Amino acid sequence: MARDDLTADPTGTVGPTAAGAPAGTALDALAEDHGDARWAYGTGFHDPLAGLDTAVPDGVDGDVLAAYCLMLGDDALIMSHRLQEWCAHAPELEEEVALANIALDLLGQARLLLTRAGQADGTGRTEDDLAFLRDAGEFRNVRLVEAPRGDFAFCMVRLLVFATWRLALLDRLTASRDPVLAAAAAKGVKEVAYHRDHAAMWTIRLGDGTAESRRRMLAALDAVWPQVGELFTPHEVERRMAEAGLGVDPSTVRAEFDHVIADVLAEATLPVPDLAAPHEPGRGGRDGVHTAEFDALLAELQSVARAHPGATW
Amino acid sequence: MVTGDQATASAVQAPAAEARAAKARAVAETVTDPELPMLTLRELGVLRDVRVAPDGAVEVTITPTYTGCPAVQAMRDDLRARLAEAGFTRVEVRTVLHPPWTTDMISESGRRKLAAAGIAPPGPAPRRTSGPIPLTLGPPRTVVRCPRCGSRDTDELSRFGSTACKSLRRCRACREPFEHFKEL
Repeated sequence: MARDDLTADPTGTVGPTAAGAPAGTALDALAEDHGDARWAYGTGFHDPLAGLDTAVPDGVDGDVLAAYCLMLGDDALIMSHRLQEWCAHAPELEEEVALANIALDLLGQARLLLTRAGQADGTGRTEDDLAFLRDAGEFRNVRLVEAPRGDFAFCMVRLLVFATWRLALLDRLTASRDPVLAAAAAKGVKEVAYHRDHAAMWTIRLGDGTAESRRRMLAALDAVWPQVGELFTPHEVERRMAEAGLGVDPSTVRAEFDHVIADVLAEATLPVPDLAAPHEPGRGGRDGVHTAEFDALLAELQSVARAHPGATW
Repeated sequence: MVTGDQATASAVQAPAAEARAAKARAVAETVTDPELPMLTLRELGVLRDVRVAPDGAVEVTITPTYTGCPAVQAMRDDLRARLAEAGFTRVEVRTVLHPPWTTDMISESGRRKLAAAGIAPPGPAPRRTSGPIPLTLGPPRTVVRCPRCGSRDTDELSRFGSTACKSLRRCRACREPFEHFKEL
């Protein structure tokens, strides 16, 4: 399997070892080192969880831990994809760079969480197997992240809601008894704090900007708010993980979310929308029930991996 | 715990091994960051540990700056290539997440080299107090000096720059744009 190539060659040796190969330059060493061939869509960490205790902690079984990691990992993966769609579409170059950076941070978080999921459920599936070879019904992301890209106002309102919610979750997750979740959360908190500030500043600039920017922000709030209830409706997996001291019940971060959103929207001179009808448990993204747009997103996300299984470059 | 006797014994038995370990460490410490080539990985605070096992295998431990930092793969390749050139044929590079990297881990010499290359070094990383993480709705209040003219009169153009770890700023005195290694 191509993936095994990333774990270095069987002898663990590197460098110019082939017969007749000139020893010396870094290029030679790299050229001879077939151990780090890049997989077409995986890179970097040959063992993203190195140095951490990866045993499944007591209190839950591996399947529950894995399902929880998929939830938080899929949220990051799909949100990252929607942000990546802004490449070559952002209103200015600096903003294009910013959105790509935010997408990259979330992709990094997704990689750790999906790796942990594949390991905790005992299937040994890699981050790539999980990102590229699952069908829509197996994804556990909330629906907020799968809605199409929309205009820039929608992008910023969604990012504000997503980052405010995720930052509150990750901040509490740093206290998880699971060392992998705690370590991933500790890194994620610093990153998502920047994302939230960025979205908040744009929300203020656009909400308190021109008549047109304000009109668009009001429309974006209307479009995003029906998805907010789902964020705070705990799934059975989240509840069990929280009870075991391993995860966070999202209903417990609602007050912090409301407080931050109220501050930002007040500064932006925008009204806080009324909460739409409460989310119906069992019928959301956490249960694998997704919108029609999600199929199209996955088709694009997975097209290369499915067309060329195991390809390397 | 290493007792005096054990230390003496190992020094007597394996001076060559210790020399090899020191050499591997010295080689690893010369490897530079792929995106900030003026800094070594050690100065950046990314190089955590270099160990040589009794059988000669080298284990290098690094930590990523940001979770999704794409330079990690290039760092691994560079470390392995440089160590291979120095005769270390068995090298494993491990990536660890804990404790998380912060800009406070950048060394003094690293900060000087950043400034010399036109990148304003980071100030102290934000300290978490208890309670929710506060919003930062305006530009950060810390003063970032222009790395070219030294003016304190600079402002932020974008909090995200050419890499995840840098923001984009402008000096209002000399009117030059520059990058700032943002606090993390």
